[in-house]
Amino acid sequence: MTNIITTHQLTRTFGKFTAVDAITFSVKEGEIFGFLGANGAGKTTALKMLTGLLSPSSGSATVAGFDVWKQPDQVKRRIGYMSQKFSLYEDLTVRENIRLYGGIYGLKMSEIKSKMGVLLEKLQLGPEADKLVGALPLGWKQKLAFSVALLHEPKIVFLDEPTSGVDPLTRRQFWELIYETAVTGVTLMVTTHYMDEAEYCDRVSIMVDGKIQALDTPRAMKEDFKAESMDEVFRRLARG
Amino acid sequence: MSNKIEAKILSKSYGKVQAIKNINLSVNEGEIFGLIGPDGAGKTTLFRILTSLLLPDSGSATVAGLDVVKDYKQLRTAIGYMPGRFSLYQDLTVEENLEFFASVFGTSIRENYDLIAPIYAQIEPFKDRRAGALSGGMKQKLALSCALIHKPKVLFLDEPGTGVDPVSRKEFWDMLRNLRDQGLTILVSTPYMDEAELCDRVALMQNGEIMAVDTPQGITAGFQQPLFAARSDNMYQLIKDLRAFEGAADCYAFGEYAHLKLNTGVGAGQTVADIRKFLDSRNHRNVEVKSAKPTVEDCFIELMKN
Repeated sequence: MTNIITTHQLTRTFGKFTAVDAITFSVKEGEIFGFLGANGAGKTTALKMLTGLLSPSSGSATVAGFDVWKQPDQVKRRIGYMSQKFSLYEDLTVRENIRLYGGIYGLKMSEIKSKMGVLLEKLQLGPEADKLVGALPLGWKQKLAFSVALLHEPKIVFLDEPTSGVDPLTRRQFWELIYETAVTGVTLMVTTHYMDEAEYCDRVSIMVDGKIQALDTPRAMKEDFKAESMDEVFRRLARG
Repeated sequence: MSNKIEAKILSKSYGKVQAIKNINLSVNEGEIFGLIGPDGAGKTTLFRILTSLLLPDSGSATVAGLDVVKDYKQLRTAIGYMPGRFSLYQDLTVEENLEFFASVFGTSIRENYDLIAPIYAQIEPFKDRRAGALSGGMKQKLALSCALIHKPKVLFLDEPGTGVDPVSRKEFWDMLRNLRDQGLTILVSTPYMDEAELCDRVALMQNGEIMAVDTPQGITAGFQQPLFAARSDNMYQLIKDLRAFEGAADCYAFGEYAHLKLNTGVGAGQTVADIRKFLDSRNHRNVEVKSAKPTVEDCFIELMKN
């Protein structure tokens, strides 16, 4: 399998503070990769560099074959991004959101039109197409946000705490969408504070103080730490 | 034991949306009571009514014997409230925030230092730092210190764990148990089902209604159907396959395993060996099947479906 993300000694400092400290790792194509860490461990800074929103202080990273520093626009065209906090415009309708994001991702109007139909059908949102997104139940919003992030057929999608605050059933349905997407060869990089979700990933990394302290399959990590659950692994690592 | 919080048929709507519907609730003195439910369940609305910040459309409630509408002035000195969103002044320092909250309630840090000491001591080294520059876990400790500074009888914590990592969350729960042991009554809300097990009693909430109230053990004891845990090398396929298993009611991912719930009728006779045989026939590799104990989350899903 080829690597879709590779970083080499990737570092970002803010003044005297080193938020991301020389991380070197890679993510394989088609993988569900869990990107974990305590608050302030450097996850968000690392994600911003990988999505071309923040330039590294030193080191390098490529995403879908492009250098995040030198070719951020090429990177952005090949990635999707979704977070639970901000993704869709609540005061636009379902249809308007799809059109807006299609435009932002550079799709032609004809492409947007054909994708619109497929998407509404797949999500069974046809009857809701002209309703404001703000009026949809949270679970639907989420599925729509995820589908919109996939609209331009990106190679990799970054999901930043996609399930926080969602009911247990919707959370599971959302993970089935993630599995379904991974099967098509799309790579998914997911952050979460739910440790049971760490178990759903092919591999996970755990960041502590700007460094990646562990990276492996959940199973191997639990064996290494002789831990019952990922929650236990996480607690031991993050508090030494 | 007297009831520290008593709510009777409380309802509140925002326009056409019914945020809470006929809520009845009693919380005993000295217990940690959890309101467990996702966003939109009505947890915050209930909190705001019980803390006198919002008037109910109908129904009544008392906290520490005080009516939330008529006695709101006294009530506010008897309770501590930590809202979900960071409630502190970002541009005041740690110490200034605490001093401010103390002075609002006509007290001082020194007067009540003992109660907050175990929590505040952890952030005291940073007392000159602006609150806005603290990490999530430290902000949470400061907010808790501020909510406690006037020695309240009842503590309301609205989603203190949201957006906070598991390590900080665990430390926070240790602090709550400590406060409970000192006699404080605590009402805490959370969307994390695993935190239910840390409460003395819980109410499971969804769409403005309370679906069940019990001890965590009582909640899980109410789960009647046979439950199994299974895993293989292809979890996505495994979940899809198990839904087609004879007698299957539903199947969802639960951490490393998938939980398979069987119907009490058709599924009752099925065993671990039957499930294993079925998965083998579907070409799953490294199959592991065992019978499973239901968690609060299993029960929540079950209640949601009814």
